Order: sequence, then C-alpha cells, then structure tokens
Amino acid sequence: MAKNKVRKTFLEPLGKNNPVFVQILGICSTLAVTNKLQNTMVMTLGVMFTTALSSWTISLLRNHIPSRIRMMVETMVIATFVIIVDIVLKAFYPEMWKQLGPYVGLIITNCIVMGRVEAFALQNKPTLSLIDGLASGLGYAYVLLAIAFVRELLGTGSLWGYRILGSWWTNWSIMIMPPGGFFVLAILIWIIRETIMKETNHA
Amino acid sequence: MHDALLPLSVFFASIFTSNILLTNYLGTCSFLSVSKEMKTSLGLGVAVIFVMATTTPLNWLVYEYLLLPFGLEYLRFIVFIIVIAAFVQLTEMTIERYSEPLYQSLGIFLPLITVNCAILGVCLFMVIREYSFFTSFVFGLGSGIGWFVAIIAMAGIRVKLKNAKVVPALEGPGITLIIAGFMAMAFMGFSGMIAVS
Repeated sequence: MAKNKVRKTFLEPLGKNNPVFVQILGICSTLAVTNKLQNTMVMTLGVMFTTALSSWTISLLRNHIPSRIRMMVETMVIATFVIIVDIVLKAFYPEMWKQLGPYVGLIITNCIVMGRVEAFALQNKPTLSLIDGLASGLGYAYVLLAIAFVRELLGTGSLWGYRILGSWWTNWSIMIMPPGGFFVLAILIWIIRETIMKETNHA
Repeated sequence: MHDALLPLSVFFASIFTSNILLTNYLGTCSFLSVSKEMKTSLGLGVAVIFVMATTTPLNWLVYEYLLLPFGLEYLRFIVFIIVIAAFVQLTEMTIERYSEPLYQSLGIFLPLITVNCAILGVCLFMVIREYSFFTSFVFGLGSGIGWFVAIIAMAGIRVKLKNAKVVPALEGPGITLIIAGFMAMAFMGFSGMIAVS
C-alpha cells in the first residue's frame, strides 16, 4: 500500500499530471534559456533541486507554520535554496552563471515550486514530499529539454554546442529567437494533448 | 548613445523591442490564464504597471543603500521578493477599498502578482544592467506598459477567437501560445529602432 503510494507520487507528475502540459505552470522562467540545451540542463537541475528540497523543508515545518503567513515562509525557504544554487553556479561555473543572468533568481517565482509546496507538501510527510518535488522537477525537466533539443537542433544545427547537421543545413534562426520558444511549446502541447485525448476517448 | 537620452531609449525599448513578455517570456503563466477576458486583463495589466513602476526604483534604493554597503548582494533575491510581496499586499488592499467589482474579478490573481516572474525579473535585470535610479524607474514603468500592451492585445484576439473553430487539442493554452509567438514576431519588427544592451 505504502509502496504503491510512493510509486504513484513519483509517476503522476511525469505522465498524466505533468506540470507543464496539464497545468501550464512554470514555463516563464526557463523558456527563455531553452535556445541552448546546456543552459536548459543547468536551469532544470536548479529547479529540480529547489522543488525537491523546498517541498521537503516545508513538509518538515508544516505543523509549525501559521497558515496566515505560510506564503511568506514558503517564499523564504524557496529563495534560500535558489540562493544556494546561484552561489554554487557563480563559484564553480562563472561562465554559465553569466549566460543565465537573472534567470537563476527567477526560479523563486517559478509557479511549479510554489505550486507543489502549496498543493502537496503542506499535507504530506517529508519523504513523500521530497519524492513529489523531485518527480515534478523531473517532469518539468524533460519537457523543457525536449523543447531545447528541437530549438537548438533546428536553430543552429548543433546539439550541446557540437555541430550535428552538416553544412547543407540552413539554420532556422527563428527557432533560437523568442517566437520559436512559443511555437515549439505550443506544438508539443498539441501533440501531447492529442495523444492523451485519444487515450481517454478509447477508455 | 548620449547619456541624457538613455532613460528615453530604455523606456521605448522596454515596451517594444525588448518586451519583457514577448522576448523574455516573463509573466507567461498569468498571461495565459488571465488573457481569456478583457476586463480582468485590463485590471491585472494596470496592477502590473503600478507594481513594476513602484517596486523597481524601491528595490534600486534597497540594493544601492542597504545591500551593497554591507556586501549582502547575494541576499537580493529574498529582499526583492519581500519588497514586492509587501507592495502587492498594498495594491490588493487599495483595490479592495476602492473598487469592489475589480477586486472580485481579479480575485485570486492579485496574490499571483507576487509570483509573477516579470516583476522580479525586471528588478534583477536592473541590477545586472547597472541602471541609475531614474533609469530603473523608467525601465520598470516601460516594462509594465509593455506587459500591459501584450496582454490587452492578446485578450482582444482571444475575444474574436471565441467564434473560431480551433483544433480541440490546441484549445486554451496551445492556441494562445501560437498567437503569442506571432505577436513576438510582430514585435521583432520593432527591433533595430532602438538598441539597448
């Protein structure tokens, strides 16, 4: 029974309860860096770290936080973890830190982090919340990595900074520009919803 | 670029060429959910202009006179978000006091301003680009107006969209994102007019 619950908690955010497709949450802060796979990887790792650990922390504190100021407390906890991410990046990967600019800080306002804390961590045990946060982060990460994959491949003909497509490939520069992000996300949502809808119709 | 002209070009750039929503994707979450209706879009748009134009210079003062002298720059995320949260609370109270219907229609979206990435984003951009006090104010105001313009345009389009046949799977966020993409393309037409690093 307990094992089942853990499994369910872990798998739901990856599939039918994916934060990006179903709730369209949290795309703001990261969509801007999806023009390069590498940047997206670093950002999504940051989001995963923050979501998992702040869910865990809030869940530990859940019986001690007065409900009137819970938003404030949640924001503080989230901000603390984001600051850790920021400092680590700045110390070990200064180049990456420069490229990401303000977007690391914007993880604080990523709706997914706050959403998971509000919806899940406040009612559940720490370990389960940690798993939920991690899974939500993962569900988020693979969607954004997919977007980055398409954008970088079509936009620059390369992946992870290495040239994949030969010189015959004409770069679709629209892909690495802002509109490309909107289009790719929309098409991805289209495909996913179409498949989900078909499944539910059959069932 | 002449220094005296910088605030002016920052102002126009933040509305058109580097629109915070359409080029930096900031504030997309509330943009997608609120732009369904014209009235709420107007309310939220105005609220965003107000909050951005006030919190950006306020955060500039806090950063310059409180964080920098004590070497506490790394705390800026927390401090900025507190200032913003306090201001949103103030906006909420003001609207509740003076306009009951607006308060009703905005409902749950006002607290969402706190987690509206655009507001924090503008404050962080201001720090990175090392704007002066006045330029920060103009940048905040301009970004707010830019966000307002984008959401109003989208709300207008979505009103017409109600009569259109959309593929079921694209309904809602999907089609909105595609339209946003086209809007971003249209706004790219402004680039070249003003360039601000």
